[in-house]
Amino acid sequence: MLLSRVAERIYWTARYLQRVESTARLVNVYTNLLMDLPKDIDISWYNLITLNSAEEKYEERYKIQDERNVVKFTLADGDTNTNSMIASLEMVRENLRTTREVMPENAWELINELVSFAKKSIADGALNRGKRHEFLTQVINQCQLIQGYVESTLSHDEVWDMWCIGRALERADMTTRILDAGANMLFEHDYKEKSHVPLVVWGNVLRSSGGDHSYRRHVAASVYGPKVVEFLISDKFFPRSVGYCLHQIELSVKKLPRGRKVMSAIKTLDLGHGLPSSFEQLDGELSGYLNDVQVKIGDLHSIFAETWFSLD
Amino acid sequence: MGINWKQYQADIFYDELIDEKGNARLPAKHLASYLQSLDEDELQARQQLADAAIQDMGITFTVYTEEGNIDRSWPFDIIPRTISAKQWRTTADGLIQRLQALNLFIDDLYHDQKIIKDGIVPRDLIEQSTNFRKECVGISPPHGVWAHICGTDLVRDHDGEFYVLEDNLRVPSGVSYMLENRSITKRVLPELFEQDKILPISDYTSQLYKTLADLAPNVDKPEIVVLTPGIYNSAYFEHAFLAQQMGAELVEGSDLIVAKNGYVYMKTIGGLSRVDVIYRRIDDLFLDPKVFQKDSVLGVPGLMKAWQTGKVALANAPGAGVADDKVIYAYVPQIIKYYLDQDPIISNVETFLCSDKKQRQYVIDNIGKLVVKPANESGGYGMLVGPHSTKKEQAEFVELIKRDPRNYIGQPTLALSTAPTLVGPNKVEPRHLDLRPFVLQGKSSYVTTGGLTRVAMRKGSLVVNSSQGGGSKDTWIVDMEAK
Repeated sequence: MLLSRVAERIYWTARYLQRVESTARLVNVYTNLLMDLPKDIDISWYNLITLNSAEEKYEERYKIQDERNVVKFTLADGDTNTNSMIASLEMVRENLRTTREVMPENAWELINELVSFAKKSIADGALNRGKRHEFLTQVINQCQLIQGYVESTLSHDEVWDMWCIGRALERADMTTRILDAGANMLFEHDYKEKSHVPLVVWGNVLRSSGGDHSYRRHVAASVYGPKVVEFLISDKFFPRSVGYCLHQIELSVKKLPRGRKVMSAIKTLDLGHGLPSSFEQLDGELSGYLNDVQVKIGDLHSIFAETWFSLD
Repeated sequence: MGINWKQYQADIFYDELIDEKGNARLPAKHLASYLQSLDEDELQARQQLADAAIQDMGITFTVYTEEGNIDRSWPFDIIPRTISAKQWRTTADGLIQRLQALNLFIDDLYHDQKIIKDGIVPRDLIEQSTNFRKECVGISPPHGVWAHICGTDLVRDHDGEFYVLEDNLRVPSGVSYMLENRSITKRVLPELFEQDKILPISDYTSQLYKTLADLAPNVDKPEIVVLTPGIYNSAYFEHAFLAQQMGAELVEGSDLIVAKNGYVYMKTIGGLSRVDVIYRRIDDLFLDPKVFQKDSVLGVPGLMKAWQTGKVALANAPGAGVADDKVIYAYVPQIIKYYLDQDPIISNVETFLCSDKKQRQYVIDNIGKLVVKPANESGGYGMLVGPHSTKKEQAEFVELIKRDPRNYIGQPTLALSTAPTLVGPNKVEPRHLDLRPFVLQGKSSYVTTGGLTRVAMRKGSLVVNSSQGGGSKDTWIVDMEAK
């Protein structure tokens, strides 16, 4: 039987590990994106801050909204930014430290290695453009290695289901944020003159979710905004689409004790509600829908917490 | 060229590896020549490999400082300490004998107190013991055993014999480090395991599981949990390690409740689930705020009642600490004789009780030569090492003794044995050490093969506690008769 306290920590371990990977991916893709865009296009690094709703915290610390500061804040500012990559890494480590009795031993060793690697690399200048890509790729690979160990050596029991729920929730959340950022970027600017810009933006949105390959195989060879949005929201087979993640959550919930109670709470959330009938017009309707989903993801978390994590 | 053992000087002390002529002792023969064959860089590389392994394995302990709690990496010296299997077998028998006698003693104290009535142990010693729990009187835990897990500190004097320095019967720690030390050594000196018959130590956790499971004889597959004070405890690493190795749940006090029916349950995602055996790693006084410290949040309200009524087993049982009082220690040889009618296999260190007028005077007169310890402290705190102390410290201790004589004992400063320790690039010097084997008693008895060797890393120091600059070594029981 899984202790409530332990269940909560497993859930958060999975969420933070996913957050580490997503953040690394995002910064990596962003670095590439800005290289592909014409110099006069005003797409700023600061979008990374808005995308994570971290404006307030950022402004506490920095005045200038430039690449150096944004990258530092997003990846390495453990103290100011509790969602930074390094802070998330520490949280993974701390949660694994306190759930060692249920998690595979290797996960613990790997996270220790990863934390010391990340800290050392950052101290050695890994955030500079020249080294950043290699550093972040390594972080992403190490996260995947841990995912692999957990997937293949942990019994697929309650611990695993908690892990899946946390991971899927975090993925869904990140996908909505990335989509939102992409849509906003294009919504705010008029690119008629430079028609390749949307192409670059949506291509990078896909890459941020690691979905470019899957999109090309299953949807279309060419990147087309509305199709990218549809793919990332409701594709049935891509593991990071919002729809797939929510489906995964349901599968795991059904296997867990009190799953029925949680399922009926999920039903009342009506996650499919408000899905735009067409994505041809990427206007306010999409943004509204994405915001709505984000709020519901927050509600989902509360349902889990009430049902499983607190028994007082 | 590597280490030159002929230049290694252990002085007047008994060295575990090298004899006074500079030759390796028999169990260390291969080890010494192998180390000699490693050049400077290689030796250093092995130590670095060990340090990296410790970081990756996350082997830490917490030190409480004024600046807050610091998680430190476990300090480890790669040169193992060796003991012959033949000598170890006798020592192990002695440890089992000792724990059996102590358990009979504790059980007697909480029942008929025959040993007091027969005048072997003075009544006032027990009545004044801070670890005697009146709540335990009349309780009969399974198999009559109170201390299921004991960490006995052994030292070797200059005669090469083992002596018992103290018995730890409350919540002894260190066994996880013993096990991890071996896994590190296997990584950094793998070649040596081919040459020597080094006895394995890895069955400790399954023996511990068995000891604990035997405490719930009527349950088919008992639910065993490890109760930790939480992540800020200095031994949290060990609690997690043991839970993981036994496949048990690691719980904090707030994960448990005692229900109306008197049984103990843990809070799981599926609701409440019954607990049969608690391997508790919190002190008696924090176990149950209803009975002991009222403001303790580490324990579980009602836990003592559940234990008293046999609805849950606790290891070690509450009140077991009454026998690891350093004053009671002085009586252990008589205790063994009284209950088992045997002579002790391992001797005590000579001990002067300050509660006795004549012995107290001896301690005060010779304070510069003795080690003075409080009866109930652990971790090496609050003690005076006479030869390493100032006149002022000595005078302070004389005052402490006079104020509370019952609480102090004096012992001669032992010439603790040494072992070669890597103290710099290619620099090997003798450092003092002790040994903590772990002894289990339940339905049957078990002793770890060797134990945790703790080293005083500072030159000349006798304090081996990790909280005070101690390190550790892997301990090899080498079977030289094996082919």
